[in-house]
Amino acid sequence: MNAPGPARHDFAATLARHGLQLPVQGLDTLQVNLTLTCNQACRHCHVDASPARREALSAEGVAACLHWLARDPAIRTLDLTGGAPELHPQFRELVRGARALGRQVMVRHNLTVQLDPHPLTGESLADLPAFFAEQAVEVVSSLPYYEAFFTDTQRGKGVFEKSLEALRRLNARGYGDPASGLVLNLVYNPVGPYLPAAQASLEADYRRVLGERHGLRFNRLYALTNVPIHRFALHLRKTGQYEAYLDKLLAAFNPAAAEGVMCRRLISVDHRGRLYDCDFNQQIGLQAEDAQGQPLSLDNADRERLLGRPIRFGSHCLACTAGAGSSCGGATA
Amino acid sequence: MNPYYNADDLQKFGEIGRHGKALADQFFQYYGAVTGQDGALTRREKALIALAIAHAQKCPYCIDAYTTGSLEAGASPEQMMEAVHVAAVMQAGITLVHSVQMQNKLDQLVL
Repeated sequence: MNAPGPARHDFAATLARHGLQLPVQGLDTLQVNLTLTCNQACRHCHVDASPARREALSAEGVAACLHWLARDPAIRTLDLTGGAPELHPQFRELVRGARALGRQVMVRHNLTVQLDPHPLTGESLADLPAFFAEQAVEVVSSLPYYEAFFTDTQRGKGVFEKSLEALRRLNARGYGDPASGLVLNLVYNPVGPYLPAAQASLEADYRRVLGERHGLRFNRLYALTNVPIHRFALHLRKTGQYEAYLDKLLAAFNPAAAEGVMCRRLISVDHRGRLYDCDFNQQIGLQAEDAQGQPLSLDNADRERLLGRPIRFGSHCLACTAGAGSSCGGATA
Repeated sequence: MNPYYNADDLQKFGEIGRHGKALADQFFQYYGAVTGQDGALTRREKALIALAIAHAQKCPYCIDAYTTGSLEAGASPEQMMEAVHVAAVMQAGITLVHSVQMQNKLDQLVL
């Protein structure tokens, strides 16, 4: 759970002050955090993923996700995240299964996993671009900036150059080319406790610099705000910036951004099969509950119970409602 | 605690209206209109100008505010440092261009 903070950072009270209620609107995205294993250990990671983590959804859990997609056609999108989801042993089976059911599949792909050996098995994942293209997976990749300094500061030395190489390999398969239909979206997030610049202006900068300097293409850029939990929150507390960051998020509270928060149409699954309103709630253990307060999991979730659940909020939610808003699909306002 | 230039005092900027609210309100409205949105200049360009002036005027509050402000407008550290160099070179140039006056006076005084 996130540590208790000053009352002024209470998210529910902030909503009430603005006369807002945020009930569930629907369920069209199933987001699965397949594994906390990652080839990287980024400084801002809200999941605390790293090569040392071993948590992963069981084969039965993967099968349960596919079964859920099969019985609920209103869930149009499977959004795979981690860790590096590609490192999960049933990753390809899950992607193929969801695509066979006609679902859009998005993979939160950190780029460098194409080039690093699997942290547990040592095997190469260099064929990922070919697999993604074959399955017409939508690739969503973090690239914190279009220059090396910010990217390497956040994600590790040399990550920027490796990311460019991985983007070249995706481009070579047609990703980022509007004519191919293969979608490659990039994700920007600030390298510290400040808000992202306007998404459209950043996207224009990324397009110009990545295109002119490196000959690279992508479709859209999503600008995300850093959520103050786990590794990032620890850094903020160590450096005495935690409360100031939450004050900044609170001061930038935008009711229009709040209306578009992703938890209103998404459910998130963890490696134990438990359900959450979003990946951030998942990481702080704030499990989704039905209207009667019963914890929800792959075993007991049905559409009616999920649609009737109250979304669970915390002070970290201020990150999703600040400025232009922030979601897995970028700005919300 | 040092009574001068405390970083936390930047959060109290809004309190300058305590003894003159009407004028402060006008100032903040003007301030927001100039810096808070794209105009003929982008927000980023304006943030970098403000960062340069913050250095030229040696204002620690403004340096803190516009280091953050420049990042939040999407600027890179290279752009921010270059803005500071613009301030520095302007100050050097302002000093040096006054040497023309010195030379004018020299011409007048020296036979």
